[in-house]
Amino acid sequence: MDRIYMDHAATTPVRPEVIEAMLPAYKETFGNASSVYSWGREAQKALDDARAKTAAVLGAEFNEIIFTGGGSEADNLAIKGTAWKNRHKGKHIITSAVEHHAVLDTVKWLETQGFEATFLSVDEDGMLDPQQVRDAIREDTILITVMHGNNEMGSIMPVEEIADIAREKGVLFHTDAVQTVGSLPIDVKEMGMDMLSLSAHKFYGPKGVGALYVRKGVRLDSLIHGGAQERNRRAGTEDVPAIIGLAEALERADEERDKVIPEITRLRDRLLKGLETIPETRVNGHRKKRLPNNVNVCFRYIEGESLLLNLDMMGIAASSGSACTSGSLEPSHVLLAMGLSHEIAHGSLRLTLGRETTENEVDYVLEQVPAVVNRLREMSPLYHQ
Amino acid sequence: MYSDKVMDHFQNPRNVGEITNADGVGEEGNVRCGDIMKLWIKVEDGVIVDAKFKTFGCGAAIATSSMITEMVIGKTLDEAEEISNTAVAEALDGLPPVKMHCSNLAADALQKAIDDYKANKQSA
Repeated sequence: MDRIYMDHAATTPVRPEVIEAMLPAYKETFGNASSVYSWGREAQKALDDARAKTAAVLGAEFNEIIFTGGGSEADNLAIKGTAWKNRHKGKHIITSAVEHHAVLDTVKWLETQGFEATFLSVDEDGMLDPQQVRDAIREDTILITVMHGNNEMGSIMPVEEIADIAREKGVLFHTDAVQTVGSLPIDVKEMGMDMLSLSAHKFYGPKGVGALYVRKGVRLDSLIHGGAQERNRRAGTEDVPAIIGLAEALERADEERDKVIPEITRLRDRLLKGLETIPETRVNGHRKKRLPNNVNVCFRYIEGESLLLNLDMMGIAASSGSACTSGSLEPSHVLLAMGLSHEIAHGSLRLTLGRETTENEVDYVLEQVPAVVNRLREMSPLYHQ
Repeated sequence: MYSDKVMDHFQNPRNVGEITNADGVGEEGNVRCGDIMKLWIKVEDGVIVDAKFKTFGCGAAIATSSMITEMVIGKTLDEAEEISNTAVAEALDGLPPVKMHCSNLAADALQKAIDDYKANKQSA
């Protein structure tokens, strides 16, 4: 068996068609989109086409798309940009305890700059109750930011309901949709979004490029100054090839969704069901309202990094929320926020499927994981048969 | 990120298990940080004749546990007490800096096992 990549929530390979679409902008139409001569106009035309495609897939208008240097930048721009712009109106921001660090740490940084934040807790399925959002809104609340699909345990948040509440209360709403754009249908108008972040490399586009949808009329301060690009909201010469790649990948993901997503969902359920037969295993995240490609489980008595290293030896790439893999001394903030103990949170395994995942690969993983879990449990002083 | 030696001890850990009638048992670490190491020793005439371990933890935690059992078997208690966490890490050709504190507990577990042995002997 070749190596098996089951970490598509981390990143995805770029589709060959996407690379093909990008190449001319590196070689022939390499001009700076701000230049007046023909090279510049060609680049500008490519940029316009990409923006139109992106807007069309999201149900947005042409001028409502800001291209950024990735999902984290889009989150930063949405949150810092609107907080700064509205600081005379209020200083309170509402978010959830399970956000990606691009949101969480940005809000925490704003706390050091005189803003105040409420971090809403989630239930044991990782779900946020919209009523909590309503109850947390204050006179001086200026922004609510809640993610669409959770990158770790896969729960899909009720962002439409939260957007309704935000609109009713006159508060801006942003969602980090980095994990859902490309796999779930997104219509920003129908969903009532004020701002929405996305990242190309999560849907088979290039790394280092993302976008922020900003509803017409929402004003924000730029993070990067020094040019009039992106209608003065993001200075810097546009990475035209990467932006073309984003738009191409997004359009293709949108076109093939009805064909690909049901199959990924089927394989996900097969994987989840198989892993659940391992004793003392907990499925993390909501069973139904769940990203179609996300499997997240905790195996009691073992630690995640050991699990990943063992799986790597078997050729399987996966991810974990253990302290060693979260890059801190604490295990995943998401699993802890769902009420899991430290011990159990250390033993988490995330497998995220992709469009090229096969049934054979799923079956191979289902063969290997129980053996690895057994081996590590037999070594564990916490495990008593 | 791990040396070949660490990976070797992680993949083929030496002396995994328990010693049923051990002369000393030591446990170090806590579940909060995700590393717990338990070490059993058998002592004869002041010499560690056998050592076994069980570890809940990352690659470094398992490799250091395995390594220390190799290092102590055949050593006198005095010699064994000289072994530091740093020495275990060095024997593994080093550990990533982030692992030096949280997962490098083997010498502490050994010291506790030796203390346990001494306490047992005194009360006997």
